[in-house]
Amino acid sequence: MERVPLERKVLSENDKIAATLRARFQEHGILCLNTISSPGSGKTSLLERTLASLPSHDRVAVLTGDIQTDNDAARLRRFHFPVKQITTGGTCHLDARMIERHLADWKLEDLDLLFIENVGNLVCPSSYDLGEAAKIVLLSVTEGDDKPLKYPSIFFKSDLLILTKTDLLPYVPFDIETAAENARRIHPGIEIVKVSCLTGNGFHEWLMWLGERRRAAKPLSPVA
Amino acid sequence: MHEMGIANSVLHAVRTEMQSHPGAYPSKICIRVGQMAAVDQDALRFCFEAITGETDLEGLELEVEVCPVRYRCRQCGHEFVVEDYLFRCPDCSSLETECTGGDELELAYMEVEEHGTSTVGTQSTQ
Repeated sequence: MERVPLERKVLSENDKIAATLRARFQEHGILCLNTISSPGSGKTSLLERTLASLPSHDRVAVLTGDIQTDNDAARLRRFHFPVKQITTGGTCHLDARMIERHLADWKLEDLDLLFIENVGNLVCPSSYDLGEAAKIVLLSVTEGDDKPLKYPSIFFKSDLLILTKTDLLPYVPFDIETAAENARRIHPGIEIVKVSCLTGNGFHEWLMWLGERRRAAKPLSPVA
Repeated sequence: MHEMGIANSVLHAVRTEMQSHPGAYPSKICIRVGQMAAVDQDALRFCFEAITGETDLEGLELEVEVCPVRYRCRQCGHEFVVEDYLFRCPDCSSLETECTGGDELELAYMEVEEHGTSTVGTQSTQ
Protein backbone atom coordinates (compact mmCIF):
# COMPACT_ATOMS: atom_id res chain seq x y z
CA MET A 1 0.00 0.00 0.00
CA GLU A 2 1.23 3.47 -0.87
CA ARG A 3 -0.03 6.65 0.79
CA VAL A 4 -0.30 9.55 -1.66
CA PRO A 5 -0.50 13.03 -0.12
CA LEU A 6 -3.03 15.25 -1.91
CA GLU A 7 -3.18 18.41 0.26
CA ARG A 8 -5.55 20.54 -1.73
CA LYS A 9 -9.08 21.80 -1.37
CA VAL A 10 -11.94 19.51 -2.27
CA LEU A 11 -13.61 22.33 -4.17
CA SER A 12 -10.34 23.40 -5.77
CA GLU A 13 -12.01 23.72 -9.20
CA ASN A 14 -14.59 26.13 -7.76
CA ASP A 15 -11.95 27.95 -5.75
CA LYS A 16 -9.71 28.40 -8.80
CA ILE A 17 -12.53 30.11 -10.70
CA ALA A 18 -13.44 32.15 -7.62
CA ALA A 19 -9.83 33.33 -7.29
CA THR A 20 -9.83 34.43 -10.93
CA LEU A 21 -13.12 36.28 -10.42
CA ARG A 22 -11.77 37.96 -7.27
CA ALA A 23 -8.66 39.12 -9.15
CA ARG A 24 -10.81 40.52 -11.97
CA PHE A 25 -13.08 42.36 -9.49
CA GLN A 26 -10.04 43.83 -7.75
CA GLU A 27 -8.46 44.87 -11.03
CA HIS A 28 -11.62 46.81 -11.94
CA GLY A 29 -12.20 48.16 -8.43
CA ILE A 30 -15.52 46.32 -8.15
CA LEU A 31 -16.99 45.53 -4.74
CA CYS A 32 -18.70 42.13 -4.98
CA LEU A 33 -21.05 41.15 -2.14
CA ASN A 34 -22.60 37.70 -1.72
CA THR A 35 -25.92 37.91 0.17
CA ILE A 36 -27.09 34.71 1.83
CA SER A 37 -30.12 33.80 3.95
CA SER A 38 -32.97 31.35 4.39
CA PRO A 39 -35.71 31.63 1.77
CA GLY A 40 -37.96 34.58 2.58
CA SER A 41 -35.62 36.53 4.88
CA GLY A 42 -35.76 39.55 2.58
CA LYS A 43 -32.72 39.47 0.29
CA THR A 44 -34.68 40.73 -2.72
CA SER A 45 -36.49 43.36 -0.63
CA LEU A 46 -33.17 44.60 0.73
CA LEU A 47 -31.77 44.87 -2.80
CA GLU A 48 -34.94 46.60 -4.07
CA ARG A 49 -34.76 49.32 -1.45
CA THR A 50 -30.97 49.59 -1.86
CA LEU A 51 -31.19 49.97 -5.65
CA ALA A 52 -33.98 52.53 -5.23
CA SER A 53 -31.68 54.63 -3.04
CA LEU A 54 -28.78 54.69 -5.53
CA PRO A 55 -28.41 57.39 -8.20
CA SER A 56 -29.50 56.22 -11.68
CA HIS A 57 -25.98 56.68 -13.07
CA ASP A 58 -24.49 54.40 -10.40
CA ARG A 59 -22.45 51.52 -11.81
CA VAL A 60 -24.30 48.68 -10.08
CA ALA A 61 -25.40 45.24 -11.24
CA VAL A 62 -27.14 42.25 -9.67
CA LEU A 63 -26.92 38.50 -10.23
CA THR A 64 -29.82 36.81 -8.51
CA GLY A 65 -30.03 33.05 -7.98
CA ASP A 66 -33.06 30.83 -7.60
CA ILE A 67 -33.88 27.23 -8.31
CA GLN A 68 -36.68 28.22 -10.68
CA THR A 69 -38.37 31.36 -12.15
CA ASP A 70 -36.97 34.79 -12.95
CA ASN A 71 -39.41 36.52 -10.57
CA ASP A 72 -36.64 38.14 -8.53
CA ALA A 73 -34.85 39.51 -11.60
CA ALA A 74 -38.18 40.99 -12.76
CA ARG A 75 -38.57 42.74 -9.39
CA LEU A 76 -35.02 44.08 -9.47
CA ARG A 77 -35.03 45.21 -13.12
CA ARG A 78 -37.55 47.94 -12.27
CA PHE A 79 -34.62 50.05 -11.06
CA HIS A 80 -32.95 50.09 -14.51
CA PHE A 81 -29.65 48.62 -13.42
CA PRO A 82 -28.32 45.50 -15.17
CA VAL A 83 -29.85 42.39 -13.56
CA LYS A 84 -29.48 38.75 -14.52
CA GLN A 85 -31.32 35.76 -13.14
CA ILE A 86 -29.36 32.58 -12.53
CA THR A 87 -31.74 29.62 -12.39
CA THR A 88 -29.90 26.64 -10.98
CA GLY A 89 -32.57 24.10 -11.96
CA GLY A 90 -32.39 22.32 -8.62
CA THR A 91 -28.98 23.14 -7.20
CA CYS A 92 -29.30 24.68 -3.75
CA HIS A 93 -26.44 27.19 -4.05
CA LEU A 94 -24.57 29.28 -6.61
CA ASP A 95 -21.05 28.24 -7.57
CA ALA A 96 -18.21 30.25 -9.08
CA ARG A 97 -18.70 28.80 -12.56
CA MET A 98 -22.30 30.08 -12.67
CA ILE A 99 -21.07 33.57 -11.75
CA GLU A 100 -18.33 33.45 -14.39
CA ARG A 101 -20.79 32.32 -17.06
CA HIS A 102 -23.38 34.96 -16.26
CA LEU A 103 -20.80 37.75 -16.16
CA ALA A 104 -19.48 36.82 -19.59
CA ASP A 105 -21.35 39.46 -21.59
CA TRP A 106 -21.09 42.30 -19.05
CA LYS A 107 -18.19 44.71 -19.29
CA LEU A 108 -16.56 44.74 -15.87
CA GLU A 109 -15.04 48.17 -16.58
CA ASP A 110 -18.61 49.55 -16.47
CA LEU A 111 -19.21 48.32 -12.90
CA ASP A 112 -18.29 49.44 -9.39
CA LEU A 113 -20.65 47.27 -7.36
CA LEU A 114 -21.94 43.75 -7.94
CA PHE A 115 -24.56 42.21 -5.70
CA ILE A 116 -24.99 38.45 -5.78
CA GLU A 117 -28.25 37.23 -4.30
CA ASN A 118 -27.62 33.58 -3.50
CA VAL A 119 -30.26 30.83 -3.56
CA GLY A 120 -32.33 30.96 -0.36
CA ASN A 121 -30.49 28.48 1.87
CA LEU A 122 -28.53 29.03 5.06
CA VAL A 123 -26.24 26.01 4.72
CA CYS A 124 -24.89 25.11 1.29
CA PRO A 125 -24.00 28.58 -0.08
CA SER A 126 -21.51 29.00 2.76
CA SER A 127 -19.22 26.34 1.22
CA TYR A 128 -18.90 27.99 -2.19
CA ASP A 129 -16.56 30.92 -2.72
CA LEU A 130 -17.91 33.13 -5.52
CA GLY A 131 -14.98 35.55 -5.59
CA GLU A 132 -16.85 38.02 -3.37
CA ALA A 133 -15.15 40.60 -1.14
CA ALA A 134 -17.59 39.75 1.65
CA LYS A 135 -20.49 37.51 2.52
CA ILE A 136 -23.52 39.16 4.06
CA VAL A 137 -25.99 37.03 6.02
CA LEU A 138 -29.60 38.13 6.52
CA LEU A 139 -31.78 36.95 9.39
CA SER A 140 -35.38 38.12 9.68
CA VAL A 141 -37.14 38.65 12.98
CA THR A 142 -39.81 36.10 12.03
CA GLU A 143 -37.13 33.40 12.33
CA GLY A 144 -35.59 32.25 15.61
CA ASP A 145 -33.10 34.42 17.48
CA ASP A 146 -31.06 31.23 18.09
CA LYS A 147 -30.46 30.70 14.37
CA PRO A 148 -26.78 31.75 14.54
CA LEU A 149 -26.22 28.84 16.97
CA LYS A 150 -28.15 26.39 14.79
CA TYR A 151 -26.44 27.36 11.53
CA PRO A 152 -23.06 28.63 12.71
CA SER A 153 -21.07 28.26 9.50
CA ILE A 154 -22.59 31.13 7.56
CA PHE A 155 -22.46 33.50 10.56
CA PHE A 156 -18.83 32.45 11.08
CA LYS A 157 -17.96 33.35 7.49
CA SER A 158 -19.98 36.56 7.03
CA ASP A 159 -18.60 40.07 7.58
CA LEU A 160 -22.04 41.58 8.14
CA LEU A 161 -25.31 40.37 9.66
CA ILE A 162 -28.42 42.24 8.56
CA LEU A 163 -31.40 41.69 10.85
CA THR A 164 -34.43 42.32 8.65
CA LYS A 165 -38.19 42.98 9.04
CA THR A 166 -37.61 44.93 12.28
CA ASP A 167 -41.01 46.61 11.77
CA LEU A 168 -42.51 43.25 12.87
CA LEU A 169 -40.68 43.22 16.22
CA PRO A 170 -43.76 44.27 18.23
CA TYR A 171 -45.64 41.21 16.94
CA VAL A 172 -43.07 38.42 17.28
CA PRO A 173 -41.20 36.90 20.23
CA PHE A 174 -37.80 37.64 18.64
CA ASP A 175 -35.20 39.13 20.97
CA ILE A 176 -32.94 41.22 18.78
CA GLU A 177 -30.22 41.53 21.43
CA THR A 178 -30.18 37.74 21.91
CA ALA A 179 -29.84 37.28 18.16
CA ALA A 180 -26.93 39.75 18.05
CA GLU A 181 -25.30 38.11 21.06
CA ASN A 182 -25.65 34.65 19.48
CA ALA A 183 -24.11 35.90 16.22
CA ARG A 184 -21.18 37.39 18.16
CA ARG A 185 -20.69 34.14 20.04
CA ILE A 186 -20.07 32.44 16.69
CA HIS A 187 -18.15 35.36 15.17
CA PRO A 188 -17.01 38.06 17.60
CA GLY A 189 -15.98 40.42 14.79
CA ILE A 190 -19.26 40.30 12.84
CA GLU A 191 -20.83 43.70 12.15
CA ILE A 192 -24.58 43.99 12.65
CA VAL A 193 -27.22 46.32 11.23
CA LYS A 194 -30.97 46.21 11.83
CA VAL A 195 -33.28 47.21 8.99
CA SER A 196 -36.87 47.34 7.89
CA CYS A 197 -37.23 47.30 4.12
CA LEU A 198 -40.81 48.44 4.56
CA THR A 199 -40.18 51.61 6.59
CA GLY A 200 -36.52 52.20 5.69
CA ASN A 201 -35.49 52.12 9.35
CA GLY A 202 -31.81 51.26 9.68
CA PHE A 203 -31.06 51.82 5.99
CA HIS A 204 -28.80 54.72 6.84
CA GLU A 205 -26.47 52.34 8.75
CA TRP A 206 -26.57 49.73 5.97
CA LEU A 207 -25.82 52.31 3.27
CA MET A 208 -22.97 53.71 5.40
CA TRP A 209 -21.47 50.22 5.63
CA LEU A 210 -21.89 49.78 1.89
CA GLY A 211 -20.34 53.17 1.16
CA GLU A 212 -17.29 52.42 3.29
CA ARG A 213 -16.77 49.07 1.60
CA ARG A 214 -17.17 50.66 -1.85
CA ARG A 215 -14.52 53.27 -1.05
CA ALA A 216 -12.17 50.57 0.24
CA ALA A 217 -12.63 48.54 -2.97
CA LYS A 218 -11.47 51.40 -5.20
CA PRO A 219 -7.78 51.38 -6.05
CA LEU A 220 -6.05 54.42 -4.53
CA SER A 221 -6.10 57.21 -7.09
CA PRO A 222 -3.47 59.93 -7.16
CA VAL A 223 -4.41 62.98 -5.07
CA ALA A 224 -5.78 65.70 -7.37
CA MET B 1 -27.93 19.24 0.29
CA HIS B 2 -24.68 20.12 -1.46
CA GLU B 3 -22.94 16.96 -0.26
CA MET B 4 -23.53 15.26 -3.62
CA GLY B 5 -21.51 17.97 -5.35
CA ILE B 6 -18.76 17.59 -2.76
CA ALA B 7 -18.77 13.79 -3.11
CA ASN B 8 -18.47 14.22 -6.89
CA SER B 9 -15.52 16.59 -6.47
CA VAL B 10 -13.79 14.09 -4.17
CA LEU B 11 -14.34 11.30 -6.67
CA HIS B 12 -13.13 13.48 -9.53
CA ALA B 13 -9.91 14.15 -7.58
CA VAL B 14 -9.45 10.41 -6.96
CA ARG B 15 -9.85 9.56 -10.65
CA THR B 16 -7.49 12.36 -11.69
CA GLU B 17 -4.84 11.20 -9.20
CA MET B 18 -5.18 7.56 -10.31
CA GLN B 19 -4.02 8.51 -13.80
CA SER B 20 -0.54 8.85 -12.24
CA HIS B 21 -0.73 5.34 -10.76
CA PRO B 22 -1.26 2.91 -13.63
CA GLY B 23 -1.79 -0.67 -12.52
CA ALA B 24 -2.97 0.33 -9.05
CA TYR B 25 -6.33 1.07 -7.51
CA PRO B 26 -7.40 3.39 -4.64
CA SER B 27 -8.44 1.76 -1.36
CA LYS B 28 -8.99 4.84 0.78
CA ILE B 29 -9.48 8.57 0.42
CA CYS B 30 -9.08 10.79 3.45
CA ILE B 31 -10.56 14.27 3.62
CA ARG B 32 -10.50 16.98 6.29
CA VAL B 33 -13.76 18.70 7.17
CA GLY B 34 -13.85 21.66 9.54
CA GLN B 35 -16.61 21.98 12.13
CA MET B 36 -17.64 25.21 10.39
CA ALA B 37 -17.54 23.76 6.88
CA ALA B 38 -21.32 23.17 6.80
CA VAL B 39 -20.86 19.62 5.54
CA ASP B 40 -22.94 16.82 6.98
CA GLN B 41 -20.79 13.71 7.33
CA ASP B 42 -23.64 11.22 7.10
CA ALA B 43 -25.06 12.88 3.99
CA LEU B 44 -21.59 12.97 2.45
CA ARG B 45 -21.02 9.25 3.13
CA PHE B 46 -24.43 8.41 1.72
CA CYS B 47 -23.68 10.35 -1.47
CA PHE B 48 -20.19 8.91 -1.75
CA GLU B 49 -21.49 5.35 -1.47
CA ALA B 50 -24.24 6.12 -3.96
CA ILE B 51 -21.83 7.33 -6.64
CA THR B 52 -19.12 4.70 -6.09
CA GLY B 53 -21.51 1.74 -5.73
CA GLU B 54 -21.56 -0.68 -8.68
CA THR B 55 -18.62 1.10 -10.30
CA ASP B 56 -14.95 0.13 -10.45
CA LEU B 57 -14.52 2.16 -7.23
CA GLU B 58 -17.10 0.25 -5.20
CA GLY B 59 -15.75 -0.29 -1.68
CA LEU B 60 -13.42 2.73 -1.77
CA GLU B 61 -13.19 3.82 1.86
CA LEU B 62 -13.95 7.44 2.74
CA GLU B 63 -12.22 8.67 5.89
CA VAL B 64 -13.26 12.01 7.34
CA GLU B 65 -11.01 13.88 9.77
CA VAL B 66 -13.03 16.49 11.61
CA CYS B 67 -11.08 19.70 12.29
CA PRO B 68 -12.04 21.83 15.29
CA VAL B 69 -12.32 25.61 15.18
CA ARG B 70 -8.90 27.06 16.01
CA TYR B 71 -7.89 30.56 17.03
CA ARG B 72 -4.59 32.30 17.69
CA CYS B 73 -4.06 35.03 20.26
CA ARG B 74 -2.65 38.23 18.76
CA GLN B 75 -1.30 39.27 22.16
CA CYS B 76 0.64 36.19 23.28
CA GLY B 77 0.63 34.02 20.14
CA HIS B 78 -1.03 31.08 21.87
CA GLU B 79 -3.00 28.81 19.53
CA PHE B 80 -6.05 27.12 20.95
CA VAL B 81 -9.10 25.06 20.04
CA VAL B 82 -12.37 26.93 20.46
CA GLU B 83 -14.97 25.04 22.45
CA ASP B 84 -18.51 26.23 23.00
CA TYR B 85 -17.73 29.44 21.08
CA LEU B 86 -15.37 30.81 23.71
CA PHE B 87 -12.93 32.96 21.76
CA ARG B 88 -10.97 34.37 24.71
CA CYS B 89 -7.33 33.28 24.91
CA PRO B 90 -7.12 30.63 27.65
CA ASP B 91 -3.54 31.71 28.43
CA CYS B 92 -3.67 35.50 28.75
CA SER B 93 -7.48 36.12 28.61
CA SER B 94 -7.14 38.51 25.67
CA LEU B 95 -10.06 38.80 23.24
CA GLU B 96 -7.65 39.94 20.51
CA THR B 97 -7.77 36.58 18.76
CA GLU B 98 -8.00 35.51 15.14
CA CYS B 99 -9.31 32.45 13.38
CA THR B 100 -6.70 30.03 12.01
CA GLY B 101 -8.90 27.08 11.06
CA GLY B 102 -12.21 25.29 11.29
CA ASP B 103 -13.74 25.67 7.82
CA GLU B 104 -11.48 23.17 6.04
CA LEU B 105 -12.77 21.07 3.17
CA GLU B 106 -9.56 19.48 1.97
CA LEU B 107 -8.24 16.33 0.37
CA ALA B 108 -5.65 14.97 2.78
CA TYR B 109 -4.31 11.78 1.19
CA MET B 110 -5.30 8.61 -0.55
CA GLU B 111 -4.07 5.06 -0.27
CA VAL B 112 -3.39 3.11 -3.44
CA GLU B 113 -2.64 -0.57 -3.76
CA GLU B 114 -1.25 -2.80 -6.45
CA HIS B 115 -3.89 -4.95 -8.07
CA GLY B 116 -4.25 -8.35 -6.44
CA THR B 117 -3.31 -7.26 -2.89
CA SER B 118 -6.83 -6.65 -1.58
CA THR B 119 -10.40 -7.58 -2.22
CA VAL B 120 -11.34 -4.05 -3.28
CA GLY B 121 -11.29 -3.27 -6.98
CA THR B 122 -9.75 -6.60 -7.97
CA GLN B 123 -12.31 -7.42 -10.64
CA SER B 124 -10.00 -6.29 -13.43
CA THR B 125 -7.08 -8.53 -12.40
CA GLN B 126 -6.29 -12.28 -12.78
